[in-house]
Amino acid sequence: MNESIAAVILLIGGAFVVIGALGAVRMPDLMLRMHATTKAGILGGGLVAIAGGVFFNESEVMVRALAILAFVVLTGPVAAHMIARAGYFTGAPFWERTLKDDLRSNLDKAGGYLYSAQEQREGKGRPQQQAPRDDGE
Amino acid sequence: MKMFIWNILLALVWAMLTGSFTAGSLVAGFIFGYLVLAFVARLSDQTTSYSRKIPEVIGFTFFYIWELIQSNLRVAYEVLTPSHHMKPGVIGLPLDATTDAQITMLANLITMTPGTLSLDVSNDRRMLFIHAMYIEDENALHAELKELERRVISLLS
Repeated sequence: MNESIAAVILLIGGAFVVIGALGAVRMPDLMLRMHATTKAGILGGGLVAIAGGVFFNESEVMVRALAILAFVVLTGPVAAHMIARAGYFTGAPFWERTLKDDLRSNLDKAGGYLYSAQEQREGKGRPQQQAPRDDGE
Repeated sequence: MKMFIWNILLALVWAMLTGSFTAGSLVAGFIFGYLVLAFVARLSDQTTSYSRKIPEVIGFTFFYIWELIQSNLRVAYEVLTPSHHMKPGVIGLPLDATTDAQITMLANLITMTPGTLSLDVSNDRRMLFIHAMYIEDENALHAELKELERRVISLLS
C-alpha cells in the first residue's frame, strides 16, 4: 500500500520536474524561464522527498523529508530572485511581447538607485521625462 | 516569538519526562505545551496574540500549498501547450509591509504564487518590483498580491 502511494507521489513529482526542465527550454526569455524552473523545481523536489518518507514509513525519515521540503521552500525563491535580479541588471533581453516595465522608469542606473513610485511622485526621483532643451534662442 | 521558544522548551521537557525523543512525543509535547500556554495567556491577558497565531500559521501553510499547486498547474499548462498565451510585464507594488522580515517573506511568497516573480525592492523600501506572467488584468493581480501582503503582515507583527 505504502509502496503504491509513494510511487504515485514520486511520479507526480517527477512529472513536475520534467515540466520545469521543458519550460527552461521552451520559454522565450530569462524571466519566464525562471517562472517555469523555480515553481516546478520546488514542488517536484518536495514531492520526491515526501515520497521517500512515505515509502520508508518511519517518523525519522519523514521528519528528514519534511526538513528537506522546508529548506527547499525557503531557499528556492531566494535563488530565483537573485538570478532574475542579476539577469535584469546585466541587461538580459526581454521577450518582445512583454507589455510593460515599471522598473526601468524608476531606475537611476548611473547612481545605482532604485526609486519607488511614491518617491517619484514626491519629486525626489529623477524626472520621468526629460524635456527637450533648445539652446538656440 | 518568545512564546514560540517557550513552547519548544515545554515540548523538550515533555519528551525528557516521558523518556522518549521521537517525533511523535515532541509533537505531543508541543500540543500540550501550546494548550498550557493558551490557558496561561487567558489568565494573564498578556500573550494572547500567540495562541491566536498558531491556527493562523496552519491556515497560512495550507493557503501557501494551494497557491503553489495552482501556480504549477498554470506554468505546466503554459509549457505543454504549443502556443504562448502569456502577457508578461514588470509591475511595481506599493508596500505596506515595513520590516525587513515582512518584506523578505512577502518577496519569497510572491515568487511562489501563480505567475509572479519578485525582482527588486526600491531603495526606500516602499515598492516591490515584480515580474508577472499575466498582466492583462492588473487590478485583479494587485488585489491578489495585497491579500497575500495582509496575511504576511498579520502573521509577522
